[in-house]
Amino acid sequence: MLELRDVHVTANDETGTVTVLQGINLTLEDNKIYVMTGPNGGGKTSIAKTIMGIYRPSRGKILLDGADITEKSITERARLGIGYAFQQPPRFKGIKVKDLLKIAAGNDDNGLHCDLLYDVGLCAQDYLEREINSSFSGGELKRIEIASLLARKLKVAIFDEPEAGIDLWSFQKLTETFAGLREKYRGTLVIISHQERILRLADRVILVSGGRVSEITTPEKFLAEIEIVTADCRCRTDCIKGEVANA
Amino acid sequence: MLNKTDRKLLAAVADLHTVPQGAFNIRKNGEGIMRRSTANIEIVPKADKPGIDILVKPGTKNESVHIPVILSAGLQDLVYNTFEIGAGSDVLVVAGCGIHNPGSSEARHDGVHEFFVRKGAKMKYVEKHYGEGRGSGERILNPKTIIEVEEGGVVELEMIQLQGVDQTKRDTEIKLQANSRLIVTERLLTSHKQEAESIITVELVGDDSSAQIVSRSVAKDDSRQLFHLNLRGYARCRGHIQCDSIIMHNAKVSSIPEISAYHTDAALIHEAAIGKIASEQLLKLMTLGLSEKEAEEAILEGFLK
Repeated sequence: MLELRDVHVTANDETGTVTVLQGINLTLEDNKIYVMTGPNGGGKTSIAKTIMGIYRPSRGKILLDGADITEKSITERARLGIGYAFQQPPRFKGIKVKDLLKIAAGNDDNGLHCDLLYDVGLCAQDYLEREINSSFSGGELKRIEIASLLARKLKVAIFDEPEAGIDLWSFQKLTETFAGLREKYRGTLVIISHQERILRLADRVILVSGGRVSEITTPEKFLAEIEIVTADCRCRTDCIKGEVANA
Repeated sequence: MLNKTDRKLLAAVADLHTVPQGAFNIRKNGEGIMRRSTANIEIVPKADKPGIDILVKPGTKNESVHIPVILSAGLQDLVYNTFEIGAGSDVLVVAGCGIHNPGSSEARHDGVHEFFVRKGAKMKYVEKHYGEGRGSGERILNPKTIIEVEEGGVVELEMIQLQGVDQTKRDTEIKLQANSRLIVTERLLTSHKQEAESIITVELVGDDSSAQIVSRSVAKDDSRQLFHLNLRGYARCRGHIQCDSIIMHNAKVSSIPEISAYHTDAALIHEAAIGKIASEQLLKLMTLGLSEKEAEEAILEGFLK
């Protein structure tokens, strides 16, 4: 179980110190899928990076299975079983897909690497020997990033917009992979996403905006609320169109 | 004849752990100490100057010749080797020089290698440099390589220097005739106060000739590197230079790619980049459980592989 208690994160920009996260309180239980969603710039990725140790809180605590990990480094957290799949993964000149999967899995089990690539809709024969360089499309890179996280035995796995840049056919496969994780994964799964199909996989949806957790709810309730807002928008649009037509 | 240090040097520069299969010539401290010719590859000492002639018979396939040089004392060695790679042959040539310098005098090897790759022949040439020894004497390697590739020939060069050479000036000149192809892979790592200079000049003189040069280097500590990669297109040809360097600490790297076209159908490209290790790369590997130092090593190892 992972807990964030009153976590604040600040950053410096040209205007001075900016508050990125304001008093985040979250309890993420084992064997549950959480989908974090909300407007762009609302703080979802910042929460994920704070859990991973990439951002350091200015205030508050982070606990993993009751132990305080607030001061732990990225590497220490990774070794404790926290993993993060980047929204925009880096490219590497010289490091091949099989090298990355070997680092991630801690072994060079070719069969395992093939299975991991299959799970993200890639053919191992075409990819294992390829360098993770600029020859990869954004979607290919993203899928390899996801595979690198699936390779690890994690207590907390965080996927940051895994669907971004991925084609419709592969997205279907990816959704099935995440659905399958519910059966075989024993840790906490956090997916940052705006996609309805991903949202429907969640046990709980966490709505993040303005650097705060605004709401934690079920996917059904969340999607129903979205329907009402969308209908309201549509209604307003029709009214405006009508007013313009009558003018 | 070969002691433990010699064997270590041979393993480092030529992957030799035992006497190799095929033809070979081992030169130690300025003298040829072991040599073997085969039915298809003849090695003959030069009569007028230090060095050997390596004659590969036309049509020789899947054979190799190893010609490593080792220095285990502070001395200056100059050698001239000439290779005649017969038409239609397909061979591997493994050269390279290893220096163990335990003393305070300079240990220096200057090698001039001249290759004639005849019609339709294919040659892979691997040259590794390696230095070691606790002495204060400098370890210096200056190879000069001249290659003439005839019609339809294919040459693959692997030039690798990853450890222990204080100074090197590598000068490589290649001329490509019609339909011939060149692939160059260069890997260089310098540290401490080491200095390395690599000049590669490729002349594409025949129609449909092509050249690809991929040079990657890492400069650490106070080391210096200079690259001057030069492609000249005199015919309908294609050439591509890709020169990437990772710079660390107080090192200095200069990369001067040059492309010159003397024909309207010459298509030449150069790319050059120098930069430190991207922080996103380090972060990614750290999120997989590597320490910062392990992540850095993994990135450098992959980059120079």
